Amino acid sequence: MRFSIILFGMVQALRLVARLYPKFRDRLKERNLIAQFKLQDNSEGRWVQIENGKVRSRKGIHEKPDFSVIFKNKAIAEEFLTPPFDQLVRIDAAKNFKLLVEGSDELAVWFMTTLNEMQRVRWKGGTPVGNGVVRYTNGTNGGPVFVYVKDGKILRITPVEFDDEDAPSWTIKARGKEFTPPRHTTLAAHGLCQKSMVYSKNRILHPMKRVDFDPNGERNIQNRGKSEFVRISWDEALDIVVSEIKRSKAHGPGAVLVTHGSHHQWGNLGHYLSAFNRFWNLIGCSKLHNNPDSWEGWYWGAMHHWGNSLRLGTPEFYGTVEDCLKDAELMVFWSSDPDASYGYEGTIRREWAKELGIPMVHIDPFLNHTAAHLGGKWISPKPGTDSALAQALCYVWITEDLYDKEFIEKRTTGFGEWKAYILGETDGTPKTPEWQEAETRVPAREARALARQWGRKKTYLGAGGWGCGLGGAGRGPMGVQWARMMTILGAMQGFGRAGVNFGNLQFGAPLDFSFYFPGYAEGSMSGELAYSANAANNYQRMPHVVTMNSSRQNIPKIRLPEAIMEGRAAGYLTDVSSVRGQFLRYGYPAPGHAKIQMMYKYGSPNFGTMVDSNRWVKMYQSENLPFVVNQSIWWEGETPFADVILPACTVFERWDIGEYYNVGAGYVHHMFSMVNHRVVSLQHKCIEPLGESKSDYDIFLAVAERLGLGAMYSEGGNTELDWCKRVFDSSDLAKHTTWKKFLKKGYFVVPADPENARAPTASRWYYEGRKKDTPEPYPLPADYVGEFGEGLQTTSGKFEFLPETLSQIDDPARPPLNHYQKSYENAEADPDLADFPLQLLTPHTRYPFHIMGDDEGCTLQDIREHRVRVNGHAYLVARVNRKDAEARGVKDDDLIRLWNHRGSVVCAAQLTDRLRSGVVSACTGSAQYRPAGEPGNSTDLGGCVNMLNPKKTITEQASGMAPNTSLIQFEKWTGVDTWQRSEAA
Amino acid sequence: MAKKWNMVVDIARCDNCRNCFLATKDEHIGNEFPGYSAPQPESGHSWVDVKRHERGQWPVVAAHFMPVMCNHCDDAPCMKAASNGAIKKRADGIVIIDPKKSKGQKDIVDACPYGAIFWNEEEQVPQAWFFDAHLLDEGWKKTRIEQACPTDVFRSLKVEDAEMRRISEEEGLQTLKPELGLKPRVHYKNMHLITHCFVAGSVVEHVDGVEECAANAEVVLSRNGNEVARAKTDLFGDFRIDQLEKNSGPYQLAVSSESSGSAATAFDLGEDSLHLGTIALGEEA
Repeated sequence: MRFSIILFGMVQALRLVARLYPKFRDRLKERNLIAQFKLQDNSEGRWVQIENGKVRSRKGIHEKPDFSVIFKNKAIAEEFLTPPFDQLVRIDAAKNFKLLVEGSDELAVWFMTTLNEMQRVRWKGGTPVGNGVVRYTNGTNGGPVFVYVKDGKILRITPVEFDDEDAPSWTIKARGKEFTPPRHTTLAAHGLCQKSMVYSKNRILHPMKRVDFDPNGERNIQNRGKSEFVRISWDEALDIVVSEIKRSKAHGPGAVLVTHGSHHQWGNLGHYLSAFNRFWNLIGCSKLHNNPDSWEGWYWGAMHHWGNSLRLGTPEFYGTVEDCLKDAELMVFWSSDPDASYGYEGTIRREWAKELGIPMVHIDPFLNHTAAHLGGKWISPKPGTDSALAQALCYVWITEDLYDKEFIEKRTTGFGEWKAYILGETDGTPKTPEWQEAETRVPAREARALARQWGRKKTYLGAGGWGCGLGGAGRGPMGVQWARMMTILGAMQGFGRAGVNFGNLQFGAPLDFSFYFPGYAEGSMSGELAYSANAANNYQRMPHVVTMNSSRQNIPKIRLPEAIMEGRAAGYLTDVSSVRGQFLRYGYPAPGHAKIQMMYKYGSPNFGTMVDSNRWVKMYQSENLPFVVNQSIWWEGETPFADVILPACTVFERWDIGEYYNVGAGYVHHMFSMVNHRVVSLQHKCIEPLGESKSDYDIFLAVAERLGLGAMYSEGGNTELDWCKRVFDSSDLAKHTTWKKFLKKGYFVVPADPENARAPTASRWYYEGRKKDTPEPYPLPADYVGEFGEGLQTTSGKFEFLPETLSQIDDPARPPLNHYQKSYENAEADPDLADFPLQLLTPHTRYPFHIMGDDEGCTLQDIREHRVRVNGHAYLVARVNRKDAEARGVKDDDLIRLWNHRGSVVCAAQLTDRLRSGVVSACTGSAQYRPAGEPGNSTDLGGCVNMLNPKKTITEQASGMAPNTSLIQFEKWTGVDTWQRSEAA
Repeated sequence: MAKKWNMVVDIARCDNCRNCFLATKDEHIGNEFPGYSAPQPESGHSWVDVKRHERGQWPVVAAHFMPVMCNHCDDAPCMKAASNGAIKKRADGIVIIDPKKSKGQKDIVDACPYGAIFWNEEEQVPQAWFFDAHLLDEGWKKTRIEQACPTDVFRSLKVEDAEMRRISEEEGLQTLKPELGLKPRVHYKNMHLITHCFVAGSVVEHVDGVEECAANAEVVLSRNGNEVARAKTDLFGDFRIDQLEKNSGPYQLAVSSESSGSAATAFDLGEDSLHLGTIALGEEA
């Protein structure tokens, strides 16, 4: 089509759509402007004037347009403007200076968004269900949901129930029975509470400023966390933020520090790996380098035995649901509580295993939720000593000839030395069941009985929360040692053999693993190729402009307080692309980079999630941190430590798109194998943002426009809904359904593979000595020592009992031979700890998802296994052994103070026999912080039990945190706080 | 006879995920359903509650959870306590507290022997779980607690009373406080997990001087010389005998195996389940 005709047609279309759609008519009244479209040589053009909602236009070049869209030549202009639009053509034009935008960035973005709105205005989302109620869909970290909306208000949120149109469910045939999952999704508590989160009294509804913060005068940094806040306008807030960004950037690259939680509201676009990364790459910043905080032991330890770096060192899981149900004769859950925090999709599969009569053993200091539900043998070792029990199992297997010798011989290296160590030939201590009893307190006879059953029966080892890694003992100070032991036990029994593998039925459902829909770790619209999995598929399939952060400065997340307060910090990389990437050290400040001048905090309070977090509180009072802005949905424990607060809205108030538990390539590829049906949901904008809150995308866009980056950020005026459409078009969804239908129905169930085309069972290829056939593109081709697909990602290509890679470093807690070491938080070794005789477990919380859902306005606050209300405040529950409680005169629901030299926290006691005497368990992840006195140096009433955990890393040369198994004391809370932090901590 | 609603609750299937509790809050906080209910207050009410119950002593412990809610009694004491016809029994068996007529009638709360009625201070009304009657009347096929439950604890049944009696008998269902004779419409399966005790122990034997778990040993439980139950130990030497009446002691327990001889012990069963600890074969206690 000719350039002049296209431009003429555009003007006609604007008028026509305005006539047909009142909503569009209203939009045209939002701005007055003159837009010029022209060729670079001014030979042809047309300007468009919008004034008070009226559209005027003339051929030619206007004298004073507000902005101009300039095409290099006619051919380029015509290709760019002729529908159907090819995104790659558009990106190419933008990237290669075939098209330029000059003038007001803000008006240009508004106008381009308006042009896109001509299409969007016709789109209708949601399904009317009568009585003025519309059923929308959305996604939460706890699962996809139906959202019933009436009169602009959320009425209810439910799981998704499938209809007859949706793809059929799979069936597994095992031992004469057939198992098919139910025709609906399940929801975790933190998904079902979402309506109360949306309407929480703690929503931040307006931009705010600390009352004694003056960016041009006295900043009163010492008052962070103490002073009140006053409401300000968006304009004032954005002006302060933008001027602080400019002030900081004048110091040099990396002066702006950005921080986010490990998770975000569900959805690919609004995720920190997407909108946030795109924005910050355009601004330039220092980022916090996240340690693999739920995988520490696997990443820093287990990985060295067998590779799997792109899974953070955890095992494969394909096909394990079917294999376990068909062939396993015993299931051992070791520090494994899948019902605790990842919803209930796998629960029914474990009930099938129970129905089949597969015996179950649970090894955990706490009789965890999964164990309590399933029943079976409970073994409760003293926390942090699990590895001694594991080594005693090896001892029985070796001395009673109960291990897979052929596998050892053909597929492993170093077993001779391992065997000599276990038998005590090298250190004089045979690792007998009696030896372990002294460490673990587990009766020797039980260790022997377990070893014999395990050695004789085909056994599934569910290691960690997911069965194939994650959480549990892998997060403790002895996590490296423990995760390494899990791989060693697997190797001695020949993992990959029918019925012998890693898993607890939480992962490995028989789904379609080749249907492409991106997970959030694929970066969505970020354009970030280096620090997300964008480059793998998303970048090709959804053409968008690449973005890069020009600052090379990173700060280890666990050392942020030291970086700010002491001006220095160092750590080791979390680099999943190879096994050895983790040996690389990096530091702050990076050479030639600026020290931090401001912190842009993105929700997610850290006081409850980071260890020894009184450090965090103190950091905020440091003069080294001149400015803090917090962009947050809720008023959380860390919020009042900011200078300016920007109100973000929830995912129910903006558009997004995402798939149930699909993280994508990058760290947990095919994580959706946890669910029974792959469900992709359009995350409808169900209601308007509350108060003055805005979506993260729109907040970033508003800042970007003030820096002339709006068009770049929005890629020419794309709204979140436009991006949803682009994600849809980029995925295999577009081959199975139409946008119109998807927009209305809101979800799509991906058909499972037919039975004869299911993914092969994890590690079977390795067990049988074949090339890798499981559907994951790992390890990277360069990491095979022999032919592509042959062997494991280790130096030898085999499972290494004594990893060669660990002999390359000298890390005392990670010797090549995984010999037994006691916890470093040890009263025998450290007399200062003698006053703290109890061990504190800080597992992931069951009801909230980390901090998400721990808001004071959330319905989860009323769950008495999570928090208990005393005098109007909901205190975090601490489970204490009944006898320990009685010895201290403590009854159920009494307030108790847990403390050591690092912190002091008041909790509500829950007396139980589900813990051995000497052990206390209180979940990590409080979103609240309520200091009884001076912030950072007094008792917390909010439940940040991580304050009691040490900042010491998991090993000397690993930037991993060690939040479990600290030593503490507890007593009945008197209400009078005299606790003070000991600086020696 | 008319078909009426009943709810069957299986205690063995409940793992305290709390979705029933949360779904009820989601349905009622901030929502008014004229003719059915005023909004539930933001916190403090547990129209569907989940009671925690632990049995045994470390290291042999069982944790059970029991959802409790309005029982929709046919002979409901709350109806008698209400004035002004504030509470009605529908033809389908559902008991509804009228949000208008019940205003100010705080006494209704105390009339419920199950503690299932809550006082809404803000609205000045008594409130309880009303079987999602507003949704059933709209054509919903099941209640929200059933829909949200991932482990199929709940089963709502709209059947004639005679049919319900048959199901109850067939499945061994029980109701709360049957002694009150209120004819509740909420029926519990596996109630013994709450109402009864178990006795457990770990049997050990000595083989060549080494203590081992005694698998497959025969355990016989007797009272007053009469055998009450019999069990075999598992591969860990553990046994557990359940469904014993509370406070039903004294008991005698005899254990024997072909290879390692026998052992006997006696105990008194009180309120709580009992873990007897290790019992060594070849020794008489």
